[in-house]
Amino acid sequence: MPAYVPTTVEEVTRLLAEFPDAVLLAGGTDMMVEINDGRLRPAGVVVALDAVAQLRSWRHEPASGTLVIGAGVTYTELLRDPPAMLAPALAEASRTVGSPQIRNAGTLGGNLATCSPAGDGLPVLAALDATVTLASAAGRRELPVTEFMVGVKRTAREPGELITEITVPVVDGWQGYAKVGVRNAMVIAVATACLVVDRAGRTVRLALGSVGPTILRCPDAESSLAEAIDWETMTAEPDALSRFGELASAASRPITDHRSTAEYRRHAVGVLSARLARRAVGRTEVAA
Amino acid sequence: MSGEHFTLHVNGADREVRDSWLGESLLDVLRDRLGLVGAKGACEQGECGSCSVLVDGSLVCSCLVMAAAAVGRPIVTVEGLATPGAPTDVQQLFVDAGAVQCGFCTPGLVMAVHDLLDRVAQPTETQIREELAGNVCRCTGYGRIIDAVRQVAVARRDRTGSAP
Repeated sequence: MPAYVPTTVEEVTRLLAEFPDAVLLAGGTDMMVEINDGRLRPAGVVVALDAVAQLRSWRHEPASGTLVIGAGVTYTELLRDPPAMLAPALAEASRTVGSPQIRNAGTLGGNLATCSPAGDGLPVLAALDATVTLASAAGRRELPVTEFMVGVKRTAREPGELITEITVPVVDGWQGYAKVGVRNAMVIAVATACLVVDRAGRTVRLALGSVGPTILRCPDAESSLAEAIDWETMTAEPDALSRFGELASAASRPITDHRSTAEYRRHAVGVLSARLARRAVGRTEVAA
Repeated sequence: MSGEHFTLHVNGADREVRDSWLGESLLDVLRDRLGLVGAKGACEQGECGSCSVLVDGSLVCSCLVMAAAAVGRPIVTVEGLATPGAPTDVQQLFVDAGAVQCGFCTPGLVMAVHDLLDRVAQPTETQIREELAGNVCRCTGYGRIIDAVRQVAVARRDRTGSAP
């Protein structure tokens, strides 16, 4: 019986110990496309994760100030409160994923496991300094999401391991996500950016998607904006916002492919980053 | 390679599936093995919505569901919505509003509209457009589809409004 539908994490890790090459199936929105297209034909064991209740829940831990999201939580679920209130940028990113049909099936853990440079959830996780928890028959380990994402569709997940949880800090301050594609709905990102302003820590974090082999953080842009922000009024001068966009463009490492050109992506990701900064800390007066 | 045997719960009945290949989509199993051809196959990558069904009460693209992984979860296809000759309000108003042209996208859209109106009884036009973004129609230009959705919403409100 090569298709297993376990109901607990322990069952999954036991199956993975027995069949290290087993294919893990989450929402199917990436994998089934590959299978339907004939690019992937599972030959051995498929372990479907839908029925694992533990993976499909989230919890708010006020003591540590974190939102712990089960790997099987869908984009639709991330769009609802309380998760949407606790991680607003993640909800914004979720809303740009596919259609209701895709958001009902696709999961945050699946987004991480696929690790496409265009994965909509991933810049948010990088900008929030999320932590990924992996389980195997040998035990659990945690690692920063930026270490988990290694390259184009390459992650630090070892054979026998399952992504169980993603932990994101609940940050006091503005956060947002911006995306460019050929249209609004049903689109794979051409360039994305996520900005998180940490008012308590007086830092900002910027992560870019679709403009490099994996998600990129932008330390130069981050420190430049953090220094430019007046933390009392939570505003920054327009020049600092433009500079932030330029540094974001400079940090990008885009390629030209069937979706866009490297030049356009480099430009667009700077515009998106500056736009996010304007929303976060721009002066309210609007030029005529 | 030996085929997969499993049982799916479709439209209220247990349906046995034999000799499915590992990785076969729910869409193909519904159409080719169970004779339920209401869900249509077009893009097979979740872009067009013509294969929309409910699994566990959630609207999904059946082309992106691995059939063998859907065991034990209630599945509703367009065939499960109504009996022949007795269309649902959505189906009837699609016809009345001229929202059906070639008809290929219609089963998926009918599933999506039922799902939308179950969650949001009186959607705005913007909500209708965003919620139906995953159902592609190449004939109508969507105007009459949106009209049909509005008419269903109004009819349901009037009906509940006149009830005691």
